[in-house]
Amino acid sequence: MDKQRINVSRRDFLIQTTTLGAGFSLGLYLPLTGNAAFAAEKNATTVPEVNAWVVIKPDETVIIRIARSEMGQGTLTGLAQMVAEELECDWSRVTTEYPTPGQNLAREKIWQSFSTGGSQGIRGSHLYVRKGGAVARHMLIEAAANHWGVPMAECHVANGVITHSPSGRSTTYGKVAAAAAELFPPEQVELKDPKDWKLIGKPVKRLDTLDKLNGKQVYGADLTLPGMLNATIKACPVFGGTLKSFDDSKVRKMPGVRKVLRVGDNAVAVVANTWWQAKTALDALPIIWVEGPNSTLSSASISKMLDEGLTASEAFVGNKNGDVDKALRGAVKKVEATYAYPYQNHATMEPMNATARWTTDRCEVWCPTQNGEAALEATAAASGLPITKCDVYKLLLGGGFGRRGAIQDFVTQAVAIARQIPGTPVKLLWSREEDMQHGHYHPITKCKLVGGLDKQGELTGLHIRISGQSILAAVNPKWMKNGVDMITFQGFHPDGDHAISYTVPNLLVEHAMRNPPVPPGFWRGVNINQNAIYMECFLDELAHAAGKDPLAFRRKMMADHPKSLAVLNAVAEKAGWGKPAAKGVHRGLAVVKTFGSHVAACAEVSVDAKGKLRVHRIVAATDPGYAVNPQQIEAQVEGSFVYGLSALLYGECTIKGGAVEQSNFHDYPSMLIKEMPKVEVIVMPSGGFWGGIGEPTIAVAAPAVLNAIFAATGKRIRQFPLKHVDLRPV
Amino acid sequence: MVKLTINGKPVAIDVDGSTPLLWVLREQLGLTGTKYGCGIGSCGACTVHINGKAVRSCTVPVSSLSAAQKITTIEGLSADNRHPLQQAWAELDVPQCGYCQPGMIMSAAALLNTKPNPSDADIDAGVTNICRCGTFNRVRRGIHLAVTINKRGRS
Ligand code: FES
Ligand code: FES
Repeated sequence: MDKQRINVSRRDFLIQTTTLGAGFSLGLYLPLTGNAAFAAEKNATTVPEVNAWVVIKPDETVIIRIARSEMGQGTLTGLAQMVAEELECDWSRVTTEYPTPGQNLAREKIWQSFSTGGSQGIRGSHLYVRKGGAVARHMLIEAAANHWGVPMAECHVANGVITHSPSGRSTTYGKVAAAAAELFPPEQVELKDPKDWKLIGKPVKRLDTLDKLNGKQVYGADLTLPGMLNATIKACPVFGGTLKSFDDSKVRKMPGVRKVLRVGDNAVAVVANTWWQAKTALDALPIIWVEGPNSTLSSASISKMLDEGLTASEAFVGNKNGDVDKALRGAVKKVEATYAYPYQNHATMEPMNATARWTTDRCEVWCPTQNGEAALEATAAASGLPITKCDVYKLLLGGGFGRRGAIQDFVTQAVAIARQIPGTPVKLLWSREEDMQHGHYHPITKCKLVGGLDKQGELTGLHIRISGQSILAAVNPKWMKNGVDMITFQGFHPDGDHAISYTVPNLLVEHAMRNPPVPPGFWRGVNINQNAIYMECFLDELAHAAGKDPLAFRRKMMADHPKSLAVLNAVAEKAGWGKPAAKGVHRGLAVVKTFGSHVAACAEVSVDAKGKLRVHRIVAATDPGYAVNPQQIEAQVEGSFVYGLSALLYGECTIKGGAVEQSNFHDYPSMLIKEMPKVEVIVMPSGGFWGGIGEPTIAVAAPAVLNAIFAATGKRIRQFPLKHVDLRPV
Repeated sequence: MVKLTINGKPVAIDVDGSTPLLWVLREQLGLTGTKYGCGIGSCGACTVHINGKAVRSCTVPVSSLSAAQKITTIEGLSADNRHPLQQAWAELDVPQCGYCQPGMIMSAAALLNTKPNPSDADIDAGVTNICRCGTFNRVRRGIHLAVTINKRGRS
C-alpha cells in the first residue's frame, strides 16, 4: 500500500464548531467522591479540540479520543498509536479519553462505530483514525505557518515541535492548538506509506497499565457516586420463565435494605445501602417463579434435537462446489465422524454491572460495555425518555469476550431499577452465580463430517453437516440473509474474512438450524471455535486414514491459500515438525483464516499412563496483515490459548430443568498458571490487509492440542470438555 | 464495632460481623482495588495479605479478625508502584483487562515473602488465581523479573 489521499468532508469542520470545550472527559461527568476514581479528572478537556480525535493542551498533553472500548485487548493503545502516527506528536505526552455515545449521536456519529467486537477495533477503524491524526497535523502546522506568515510547505513537524526550516523558528503543538482549532480542515490529506510508519508496528507499552497495578483503576463494579445505593438481582433461573411473586416482609427489616423491586417480567432486585446487604437479603428472599414452557429442557433433550438435525433432509447451504455425493460414492475410502460442542459461559472476571441515575428529565448510565451505542439505546428504551436525554459513560471493562457487546441486559435492568427510585444513583452488580446462570452462551452445535479419499489417499469430497444453534436468530435476525445465519459457517466461507483455508474438490457445508431456548451470544471467537475443531481434527482423521503426514496432507490442499500455508509452515518449522520431539511428547497442528487474519498453531503435549494431559509448548503464528503493536499481539495470542484451552479442558454449561446447572468457578473452572504451556509467538504481518487479533488464535488452540493428544494416545476425542474424557493411551 | 489494622492504619467499622472482609474493604473503607470475582474463594481476585500471607478475603468474616492482625491490600502494597512486582508488571505490560491483577500481584507478593526466589514449580503451587484474559506467562515472567529487580535494589 502506498500513500493514500483521503478526502476530508465538510462535515468534519461543521461539526467541529460545536466544540465541547470544558467538561468533555469522564472526570467532569462524575460528581467527585474522593474515590480514586477521579484521577481521570486530570485529563479534563479545557481547551477546544483540534478535531474530533485530537485535543492538545497548552502543557503539550495530547488527548486522543477513542471510540471503541478497552477490555484488555489493547485496542486503546493501538488506536492511539495510529492517530499519533499521523499526528506526529510526542508519544510520551499521549493520553486518551472516551467520547460518550450521546456526544457521538449529537455530532452525527463523527466517531463512527463504538462497537467493540468481531476483532474490529483496529481493523474497522484504522483508516478514519489515521485520517483524524493527519487532519489535525495539517491544521496545527497551518496555524504555525499563519502565525509566522510563511508558506505551510516550508514548515515541518516532529514530536509535536513545528519548525520553519528557512528561518529556524520553532513552536509546539501546545502553543498553536487553540489557533488550529479555528481553522478549516484541509480538503485532502495524505496518509503515510506503511514503510514510513514510526509508531505503528512498534511494541510500545500500553497506556493503561499503571493504575491496574495499585488498585486505582476504577471498573464499573467499583464505581461510587454520592448518595448511591447498591442493588443485586435474581432472574428466573429457568430460561423463558417469569417472576410470579416475592415475600419482601421477610427481608424488609434486614440491615440496610431499602427496596425490593420487580424488574421486568422475570427478575427481582434488592436495593440496599451496601451490595453485601443487598446480596444477603436477596439470598433470604422467598421468590415464586413461573417456570414456563422450558421447565423440562435438559442437556439430553437438546442433544436429541441436534441429533435429528444431523440427518434432517433440509439444511441451509454455506459453501458448495462440485458434487459431493458423487465424490463420496466413488471414494476408495470413506471416513465419518460426529463431533459435539457444548454451551459455555464468557465468565468475564468482572461480573455484569451498570450504574444508573434516572430523573423525569434525564437518564445517565455508567458501565463497562463493548458497545456504547447499544448501551445508550438500551438506556433510552428502559428509561422511557428520548435518547437525546440519555447518555452512557464507559468505564474500562474487567473482561468482555463478547458478553458485554450485542446484549446490554445489565443496562436495561439497572435503568429499570433506577427508574423506580428517581434521582438516586443505583449500582447494579450481579453475583457470580447470576452471571453464570444468565449468560448469553457460546452456542451449542454438533457436526457430522464425511470425507472420501481416492487411491492416492487424497481428499476427493467432504460433506460437513452442522446441526444446532444460530446466534443471529436470537440476537439479531436482521443480519440473517433469507433465514441463513452465515456466521454459523465461520471458517467455511468460500471467501472473505472467514474463508476456508483449503481447496476441496467436492465440498458441501450445511447447517440444520436447531435453536434450543437457551440464549446464545457472541463468545470470543464465535463459531470458529467449534468449526475449527470440526475441520482441523477431521482433517487429521483423514490424514491418518490416508496414511499421510497431517502437515503434508494439508499442504496439498493449500496451494491457493498461500497466506494460510505460510503461517502453517512457520509453526511447523519452528516447532520442528517431522523431527523427533522430547520423549513422550507429541505434536498436533491447526490452521484457520478468521476475522481477516491467518493463524496456525503447533502444540506439543504428553499424556501419562494415568491419562494426565500436559500441554508443554505451543508455537503460534499470526498474519494480521499489519501488526500495530507486536507485543500486544503476543499478549493476545498467549491469552487466546488460556481462553481456548480453558474451554477445551473445562468449559461446559449443562442444562437441567430449563436452567444452567453451573453456578460459579468451582463447577465452571478456568485454567490456572500451572496448566499453562510455554507459548512462542510468531507475528508475521505480510501487508496489504487488516486482520483482527483478539479472537483468531482461540480457534487453533483446541484442535492443535486435540491432534497432539491423538498422536500421543491414539484417541480421537469428539465430545468436550476434556474433563469428562479418559485420556489413558489405548 | 469491628477493629482492624489495614495498610498500617487502625480502623473501626460499624458493620455486621458476618460481613466478609472483601466487602468491608470495598464498601466501608472504599478500598476497591480488592476485587469481587466469585465470593466463594475460587478465583483469587479478592486476595489480600493477613500478616504477610495471601488470604481470599471473600471467605473471611470480619468478626474472625482482630486489630492485632496486619491486613495489607493492593493499595497498601507500596507507595507509587515501587514494589518490585509492580515494577516488573509495568515493565512487561502484564495486565490485560487488569481486573484480576490486584489479586494476582498480592498472591505473587505473598509467595515472594516465603520464597524470595521462587522456581516455576513454586509459582505453579503458589499462584492459583484465575485470569480469564490469560496473562499467565507474563505473570510468571513478571515474578522472575521482580526477583531480579529486588536483587538489583539491594546491591
Ligand atoms: S472473590 Fe474471593 S476468591 Fe473469588
Ligand atoms: S487481566 Fe483480565 S482477568 Fe486477568
